[in-house]
Amino acid sequence: MYVAVKGGERAISAAHAWLDETRRGDPAVPELTVAQIEQQMGLAVDRVMAEGSCHDRFLAALAIKQAKGDLIEAAFLLRAYRTTLQRFGASEPLETSRMRLRRRISATYKDLPGGQVLGPTFDYTHRLLDFALAAEAGDAVAVPQAETPVAEVPRVTELLAREGLMQREAEQDEEPGDLTRQPLAFPAARPLRLQNLARGDEGFLLALGYSTQRGYGGNHPFVGEIRVGHVAVEFTPPELGFPIELGEIGITECQMVNQFKGSRTEPPQFTRGYGLVFGHGERRAMAMSLVDRALRAGELGEDITAPAQDEEFVLYHSDNIEATGFVEHLKLPHYVDFQSELENLRTIRRSAEQAMQEAAE
Amino acid sequence: MSTTLEGYNFAYLDEATKRMIRRALLKAVAIPGHQIPFGAREMPLPYGWGTGGIQVTAAILGPTDTLKVIDQGADDTTNAISIRRFFTRVAGVATTEHTAEATVVQTRHRIPERLLREDQIIVYQVPQPEPLSRLEPRRTETKRLHALADYGLMHVRLYEDIARFGHIAKAYDYPVMVNGRYLMSPSPIPAFDNPKMHRMAALQLFGAGREKRIYAIPPYTDVRSLDFEDHPFRPIRAPHACALCASTDTYLDEVITDDAGGRLFVCSDTDHCAERQATAQEAAE
Repeated sequence: MYVAVKGGERAISAAHAWLDETRRGDPAVPELTVAQIEQQMGLAVDRVMAEGSCHDRFLAALAIKQAKGDLIEAAFLLRAYRTTLQRFGASEPLETSRMRLRRRISATYKDLPGGQVLGPTFDYTHRLLDFALAAEAGDAVAVPQAETPVAEVPRVTELLAREGLMQREAEQDEEPGDLTRQPLAFPAARPLRLQNLARGDEGFLLALGYSTQRGYGGNHPFVGEIRVGHVAVEFTPPELGFPIELGEIGITECQMVNQFKGSRTEPPQFTRGYGLVFGHGERRAMAMSLVDRALRAGELGEDITAPAQDEEFVLYHSDNIEATGFVEHLKLPHYVDFQSELENLRTIRRSAEQAMQEAAE
Repeated sequence: MSTTLEGYNFAYLDEATKRMIRRALLKAVAIPGHQIPFGAREMPLPYGWGTGGIQVTAAILGPTDTLKVIDQGADDTTNAISIRRFFTRVAGVATTEHTAEATVVQTRHRIPERLLREDQIIVYQVPQPEPLSRLEPRRTETKRLHALADYGLMHVRLYEDIARFGHIAKAYDYPVMVNGRYLMSPSPIPAFDNPKMHRMAALQLFGAGREKRIYAIPPYTDVRSLDFEDHPFRPIRAPHACALCASTDTYLDEVITDDAGGRLFVCSDTDHCAERQATAQEAAE
């Protein structure tokens, strides 16, 4: 007689034990420490912090270790942890003109106040596999340091705005919405769009940003400025009434300068696409500012023709935690629905065959 | 059970979040079938794997509740086990596999065969709460259609099936009209289960975590599957008897037994099937 399959509970436990074993790999190879990941896989940590929407290098590194290096899985772990944290308030807006810079470049001016600071970058490296790294004899490389650290540096877009060439952003008095507390509703205000993009999937943002360059909603961007470094986070406790500094976080900010033909109410001027992400993430910040500018098509009276300009399309599909969950849920059993479909198809085929037979007779 | 997870609130979510969800639930009960947006949280289980149902269950669960979790009608499917384990860990509530003993039933893709009672609540996991989503992907547009009760799109879709196949070819997630007002997705349950929703004694709650919406059907509410006068709704089931309990009026899973076309059919509701087998056994003794 047929006996239904049982034992799912034991199978799950066994599968997870096996997962733990494969995570560790060959025990003859020394175990990775969280500190090693945090120090030597820094850009992976940055990506997980950004998509996990939580600035904590240690937790992000731990998540990467636990996820066996699957960065979306790691971001998911961090997000799930984040939701359990108590919120005690919102910080003051970050003042990025007072950042402690490691890198600052502009593609619009050859030289400018504050100068061009290359910082630690892959740019201009030749992508040749470095077999010396495989030898693992790498002693710490000492880098000569400039005498004067980079002082406070004005923003490029501000220089343009003073001349009236760059559209100023409208001041907003009302408290911006919080994507993690309220569900998205459309049209979404720009703060919500930026929140969504800041933690959106890097690959998705990159592809959308790229699509605007290839003519799907293009608007001729220039990198006004990219700055990478550390910025102070300030918080005003209600009992004090004045802001105190909580510490610093690492961020990347990108401001794109885009052409704008002008409209009935606005003279021709440059407009801004904005990107700000946790950690060192230039690709992500640049893609974000391209998509941010594309999503402003509606407010600037431009035709909405391309996917990157479509708010509902972009914002509903940018989150890789949502996306991976729903795509991967197809692994779950669907045999009840499938059985309905089977009966359905059998019925349809029976009547189709009958009809064909009658036609032949 | 005292082995609940340390450092987390009862049933995982913090009390403020539970209150937010309960408010959405109250609103949902007040407007049967209407989708209420809510601030769904990230859960430690993936989106699409029952996070909506889990959040609803977490918000309504009390320490004295008895929870049953099913997926595809069965208590021992892997994801049902995982969700049941989750609540055992974070809430320490009693769990059961018997529909009759449960105060809360969380389900994916089925409604138990046994009639639910007034003192029970059924929580559905919903992947896509918008019944019109396949016809109109934009939420901004479907909201307008619901506001106007403009469901012509769906009627046309069903009519096109009849024109092509001679009958409506929707086998699951078959749209229903709730309380004569809102078109609603019953979640991807087989159309066979739709009639059970009609005037059900138990409260029916629906949670969609990824889409961040909640909806509900209060007890004894009219729930009609869409149809036409000359093409009345007909539930689909495999025309066989259960190989284990011989039932001919329950929903069946098809099981492939060899690679030569051998197959048999067994009840998808494992608890109901086991109960029937036990009763038959007793009668035989």
